[in-house]
Amino acid sequence: MAKIGIAVFPGSNCDRDVHHVLNSVVGVSAEYVWHTKDRLAGYDAMIIPGGFAYGDRLRAGIIAAHSPIMGEVKKLAKEGVPVLGICNGFQILVEAGLLPGALMMNDSLRFVCRWTSVVVKNNNTPFTNQFAKDQRFMLPVAHGEGRYVADSKTVRNLRTEGRVVFQYSGDDPNGSVDYIAGICNREGNVVGMMPHPERASEPILSPTGSSDALLVFKSLVSYLSGSSSTTTSTSTFSSFSPSHSSSHRPTRTAAIPAEKQV
Amino acid sequence: MTGTLTVDEFRYLKEKLSREPNSIELDIVGAEWSEHCSYKSSKKYVRMLPSKGKRVVIGPGYDAGVLDVGDGYVVTVHIESHNHPSAVEPFGGAATGVGGVIRDIMSMGTRPIAVLDALRFAPITQDGAKRTRTTGVGGKGRVLKSKWLFKNVVKGIADYGNCIGIPTVGGEVEFDPSFEDYCLVDVASIGFGRRDLLVKNAAEPDDIVVLAGGSTGRDGIHGASFASKALEGENRSAVQIPDPFLEKLLLEATIEAVDQKCVKAIKDLGGGGLACCLSEVSDSIGNGLDVDVAKVHARESGMSPAELMISESQERMLFITDDTGLEKLKAILEKYRIPYSILGSVRQNPDLVVRFNHDVVARMPFQLVAHAPLAERQAKRPHDFGRYVAVRPPALPKDLGKVLLAMLANPTIAGKGWIYSQYDHEVGVRTVVKPGPSDASVLRLDNGKFIAAKLDGNSKHCFLDPYAGTMGCLSESCRNIVCSGAEPIGIVDHLQFGNPEDPEIFWSFTQAVNAIIDYCKYMGIPVVGGKVSFYNETAKGPIKPSPVIGALGLIEQESWITKPALKDGDSIFVIGKTGDEMGGSEYYEWYHHITGGTVPSVDLHADKQNADAVMKLVRAGLVGCAHDCSKGGIAVALSEMAVHGKVGFDVNLDQLPGSCSRPDNLMFSESNSRYIIGTARPAELHSVLSGMDRISFAEIGTATGQRQKQSAKFSYKGRTLVSVGIADIESNLNDSLAKIMKQ
Repeated sequence: MAKIGIAVFPGSNCDRDVHHVLNSVVGVSAEYVWHTKDRLAGYDAMIIPGGFAYGDRLRAGIIAAHSPIMGEVKKLAKEGVPVLGICNGFQILVEAGLLPGALMMNDSLRFVCRWTSVVVKNNNTPFTNQFAKDQRFMLPVAHGEGRYVADSKTVRNLRTEGRVVFQYSGDDPNGSVDYIAGICNREGNVVGMMPHPERASEPILSPTGSSDALLVFKSLVSYLSGSSSTTTSTSTFSSFSPSHSSSHRPTRTAAIPAEKQV
Repeated sequence: MTGTLTVDEFRYLKEKLSREPNSIELDIVGAEWSEHCSYKSSKKYVRMLPSKGKRVVIGPGYDAGVLDVGDGYVVTVHIESHNHPSAVEPFGGAATGVGGVIRDIMSMGTRPIAVLDALRFAPITQDGAKRTRTTGVGGKGRVLKSKWLFKNVVKGIADYGNCIGIPTVGGEVEFDPSFEDYCLVDVASIGFGRRDLLVKNAAEPDDIVVLAGGSTGRDGIHGASFASKALEGENRSAVQIPDPFLEKLLLEATIEAVDQKCVKAIKDLGGGGLACCLSEVSDSIGNGLDVDVAKVHARESGMSPAELMISESQERMLFITDDTGLEKLKAILEKYRIPYSILGSVRQNPDLVVRFNHDVVARMPFQLVAHAPLAERQAKRPHDFGRYVAVRPPALPKDLGKVLLAMLANPTIAGKGWIYSQYDHEVGVRTVVKPGPSDASVLRLDNGKFIAAKLDGNSKHCFLDPYAGTMGCLSESCRNIVCSGAEPIGIVDHLQFGNPEDPEIFWSFTQAVNAIIDYCKYMGIPVVGGKVSFYNETAKGPIKPSPVIGALGLIEQESWITKPALKDGDSIFVIGKTGDEMGGSEYYEWYHHITGGTVPSVDLHADKQNADAVMKLVRAGLVGCAHDCSKGGIAVALSEMAVHGKVGFDVNLDQLPGSCSRPDNLMFSESNSRYIIGTARPAELHSVLSGMDRISFAEIGTATGQRQKQSAKFSYKGRTLVSVGIADIESNLNDSLAKIMKQ
């Protein structure tokens, strides 16, 4: 059975929520991994949960990005292991150089917590394969620094390569460029998103009663069990097409050169 | 020299010690005997509050009240204020207020799962500031100052709660000129844990005293004494510095220590610092302590023993453990890299002994330190009490639709989205009913049950009649709980007044206490915790009496959870009588600038009967939606239900039970004990209510959902009195506060 690791930094505060959803709602085995751990053998996927790692000191995510566990996460990411960063986890992935761009203070200059709707732009990642393309669903954001920015070339590449995974739909909570709510790396195995799918995975928590955000985690389970209908290939990005779907779990291959060249 | 003690207190101390206290002892006693820590004016009264109940595991007196919610689980609750510091430094003051109440929950061995806040400021609009008590004319500067306080208090609460990852799930805000240059910041926290892991402070001689958390500095020196007199200057050194990241580490470490059963007693450091913490912990375990304050990890060098004892540096906890527990505790603290010091040990003698290196710098019986001599305060009914009752009612406004829209834009009534969207209210995946139009916030517990929580206050009612006003707050908070589908199971109270040495102010305090005793005894709801805060005044005078009531309710089944969203076609019922009780209403105060009139009273029998009826209807599945009627009356409550449900409504005011003489009073009266219910099964609801002995209720109209022409319609004496588009209602209700804060 697949084993999912949840990275816990001093100041992480959504670790327990992700743990609850994976173990009690999805029914897959997930365990906490303390940030000092410098060997991550045996984890089939890693989740970097939200919170305020190191109190967001200096800059959100920057200190956590340099902790021992992130060295290991980078290795796993290179091997093609699925990695999901949620909220502060997204900020950490960006600071660690696993994803391009930066997350800046919201344009309102205030922390914002509210439900919003996003649309799935890429349903071909380990975290979105159970969604329909362009599927809309509701989930909450809760962040002070969630405005995604990147230089125009990076943004253009993200768009043309289909690496914008989620976009805010109709309602932009933070002023992100291109309404970007989540992106992935070239290989598609590393995904970062500002909204919180773990908070929208049970009907009882959702103002509309919809728990479609659970598909983020179900996608992962499906990917790990090799039963996903649209599977990610990790070799080149061009393989991200529905026609390329296969029922086999892809082999982990070496990564494409660093994101900094994007 | 008596330090901060009065001459009588000094004499008492000297007599008990049979010697002159030294200056360090004076500082320790001065902190612990401050009004803030000792409750010397109020203790005699708050002891009379009913605190027993079938669910009460631990009542008032501990850091937090504890209620049994079944299946081996408990809920803990506590309320604190941080008024003086917030008035001087709103961001830090409010943030450390959150930090303090969270540590109280942790001290019981439970994990905090929610924060609620009740805030009071001077008006934030020119119009609202028109009637100030000083000049009668509103000033731009005054409005700017209260907006500055408001904005930064909210930011302080948000930053702290968001960072530590405890959702701020609800609250309440009131604006009134009596809070000019001041503010009230009340924060309540709810905890959840296993009953068998509760930490009940039982330690034995030779157990070890460990101080963990933030280093001790010179911030917050004399904070408790600062909060125990009127706010005169801006004493910033008495305000503490917040560090939510450290508190988060302390929280996780404390929970781990509790889970590993390696601590015997926990006490947070708050007002009065180590001085209060050590004397109170000593008193609660019934043994002496011998500590060396030179061992305290300090953030600045050269701190004197007295400074180390009374510093109120934040994010500190005291643990008592034994030899085997200490090793586990050290490992946990080191895992989180939390600094700690081993201060000393528990002793089988009656003394609190404080050393500095090897010198004994203070030695006093802990019982003497922990129990200040009570102050005898005089209570006198104000000579002009009642002068406000006989005011001339305002002329009936021509366009009550316009009045309704103005009422909805009143910052006290308008939607609080601007506030709660800055709070992470979702973290923890427990928030089932979120802040917003709902009456109470609802959180799910691990045993399949739900806890509902609400804070309520009404300084305008309490100013005109502290007894009726306080009882109204109790009724309102319980109505909110009932409307969410819950049964009230416990109350916490926060009683905030001016200088207790003023007999008229003290009289209003005794009235509030009497109201709580009478209400809670009649309803059978225990008071499980509370706090008293006096000296809430500035050079401009005292605040209006501002008791804030926190109510907790338990929902046994998911299907009982009830929200206030009207649905198309719902029949609208009102339970409870509407009267010409306009004193202190938002309609009089906000719209007409009238202070006076008869304050709504509570008919205890009707209040209980109506609440029981709603609970019965909810459980029978007959309630589609429910909402409490309070500030702004039925017109505001219906507007909120309509906006929430995206429908219009058509109601007939003539149907309202009660004896109201005017249409504006029917719309805006704040009479207590009233509920609005929307139902798709009117006949059944009718027959259940008809079977109850003389309960007042009526079907007053229906919710209408035609897309094109949704409107709020009130008819009176056969004609349409008000017809306002729901879009206008929605924008006034939802956008006003954000607009004001943008200006």
